[in-house]
Amino acid sequence: MPSLQERGALLLGRAAGTAARRLGRGGGTALPGLVATTLAPDLVAALGGQLGHGSVVVTGTNGKTTTTRLLAAAATLVGLQPFTNRSGSNLERGIVSSYVDEATPAGALPDGGQRIGVIEVDEAALPGVFPRLQPRVAVFLNLFRDQLDRYGEVDSVAEAWRSMLAESGVLSTLVLNADDPTIAQLAEAGDHAVVTFGIEDSHAGLDDPEHASDARFCTCGGAFTYDTVYMGHVGIWRCDACGRGRAEPDVAARDVDLMSDGISFQLDIRSEGPGRTLQIYLPFVGLYSVYNALGAAAAAHVLGLPVEAIAEALEEAGPAFGRQERFDVDGCNVRLLLAKNPTGLNEVARTIVAADEPPTLLAILNDGIADGRDVSWIYDADIEQLAGHVGSVIVAGTRADDLALRFQLAGVTPDVVEPRIDAALKTALAATSEGNWLEIVPTYTAMLEVRDALAARTGAAPFWDEAGAATQ
Amino acid sequence: MTTPVPERSLRVVDLYPEVMDVYADRGNVIALRARCEALGVGCEVIAVGLGDALPAEADLVLIGGGQDREQHRIADDLAARGPALRAWADGDTSMLAVCGGFQLFGHYYRTAAGVELPGIGIFDAVTVAPALKWPRCIGDVLAETALDGVGEVAGFENHGGRTYLGPNAAPFARVLNGYGNNGDDGSEGAITRQAVGTYLHGSLLPKNPALTDHLIAAALRHRYGEAELPSVDDPYAARAHATAANVARQRGRPNPR
Repeated sequence: MPSLQERGALLLGRAAGTAARRLGRGGGTALPGLVATTLAPDLVAALGGQLGHGSVVVTGTNGKTTTTRLLAAAATLVGLQPFTNRSGSNLERGIVSSYVDEATPAGALPDGGQRIGVIEVDEAALPGVFPRLQPRVAVFLNLFRDQLDRYGEVDSVAEAWRSMLAESGVLSTLVLNADDPTIAQLAEAGDHAVVTFGIEDSHAGLDDPEHASDARFCTCGGAFTYDTVYMGHVGIWRCDACGRGRAEPDVAARDVDLMSDGISFQLDIRSEGPGRTLQIYLPFVGLYSVYNALGAAAAAHVLGLPVEAIAEALEEAGPAFGRQERFDVDGCNVRLLLAKNPTGLNEVARTIVAADEPPTLLAILNDGIADGRDVSWIYDADIEQLAGHVGSVIVAGTRADDLALRFQLAGVTPDVVEPRIDAALKTALAATSEGNWLEIVPTYTAMLEVRDALAARTGAAPFWDEAGAATQ
Repeated sequence: MTTPVPERSLRVVDLYPEVMDVYADRGNVIALRARCEALGVGCEVIAVGLGDALPAEADLVLIGGGQDREQHRIADDLAARGPALRAWADGDTSMLAVCGGFQLFGHYYRTAAGVELPGIGIFDAVTVAPALKWPRCIGDVLAETALDGVGEVAGFENHGGRTYLGPNAAPFARVLNGYGNNGDDGSEGAITRQAVGTYLHGSLLPKNPALTDHLIAAALRHRYGEAELPSVDDPYAARAHATAANVARQRGRPNPR
């Protein structure tokens, strides 16, 4: 149980969060954590000790929120009571806040025996919180260039993970993406158990490699060779210099069929025995969604959840906040496709190109801290592939002018440049006829803003209610 | 209708595009091609990777940035090309070296681990990465160049190394907002003959069309001895420049000088 001081910190943290929400200050998601960690730094370890099923952390550049949601859904289906941190609150303070919000004022976690933490953690924040969360399972999805103004260099994030795993006193099971060489090589750090996941379908590979590739070289210094590239530097890789290479994954997706509004694939969990595959229909788009599903499935398998629950969660959980969420606005099909780094934007562009009819496109570039203040990454994305595959193009956000120039140079000259998001949304909706699609591609803070504008038009829930509902 | 073959054409060498591109430096190549097309100038880009031969001649050379790991990878290969590249620079080939490429176009770059990577000495400059605890120089930059018709340049910087210029290098620009070479003396980048070194990415050339035109003009002079350019407006680039400059003025680190 938490100490008296920790309980005091809890009370103050909860009061701060409640007050922030009453005042309408966003979700009040980081404030309780700030208050509580300042007053009682060991609170999370004290609360985490009461979780009957321990905790799982999910990290990586892309897909954390969706993977967390899918895994929590699978746990719920077998009667566990998972709790997750709210969308985007994946830095230390936000994580502590989510623990604080779950605890009673006396510092107990109700029904602790049935509880499991499923926590998404920012890539750079992970080494700081890992020792305190002491996770049973750690899911590593991928590592791409993202927000270099905040993280420094991609290499330094990977190096920090390796040291963290090598030095960790607690042994976790690592769930690793076999297809991302940076992630797969984490198996060499420390003595943790390892379960891998990956795609086994060379037909799902790219004909032409993308420009953005963030792991061209092996830890030995040799250059990677690829038999298949699925996205960025993710694929069937090997290093001829040292002999390292992508091994057949423990949890695999085969026969992947990407359709305009969903993906079908065979889920193959090797330890379930030969021939034990499940046909999955995933209601998401883009090959990156398959990795999120596989990461969640592999983690659920490590937790001992039955494959039926895993399959049902993948098919039924639905999109996380702002990630492939759909809205019907006056008969227009509106979809939010979050894109915050080159690989993410390439995947979203690939999805748009595959559509039957060219949609209206509203692309929004903000440069807040959570978006990355450095907007140069738009030049690493292959926006050129959109030429001829989009109808009206509207660009918006605080850096609408940078994005307009990028689109123009890519041969996708925007029809309208309107920095104000609400006005741009209105224009984009007006340009979309009933029954047609409007694809909205925002960066992170732009997603929060445009989703608010959509919620105001359609009555969708604001995000802190949504996140709360998901854990009930 | 067929596109007329341009009367003038530039031979551009893009050094290590597969390795040195960490902060979207390919945007510079994209902008250069587009601007050449708008100006009616041909633009033949030759990518030169590790171990590839340099062409016999170049009017313009580009090199981008890389992390320490990438800089280690190219350092020996680049050093072997040093004499050829220095001869080009002495012959007034137009050059743009960004961030990690700029560092290796100086005399040396000493990494935080204490390893000294040799540079090719086109710029009289040395770069030292301070101890790991020192913060990187990260943020929006607005800087004033002394180049005719170029004026202010806007971009973003993200570097650990601190660069110090020797007596034979002039700064490319004076920092108005940002850190520049070392966060201390107000200098940004370096300029020697027609070679420009800078820490600015963003990407740099798309939103600084006056600098793009300056580099193209220098490259045309290198090839043809003269460089008259038509005046062609680029409203998208002009607006992106204005936005980036405003952002840097509002939140870029104020120059202490």
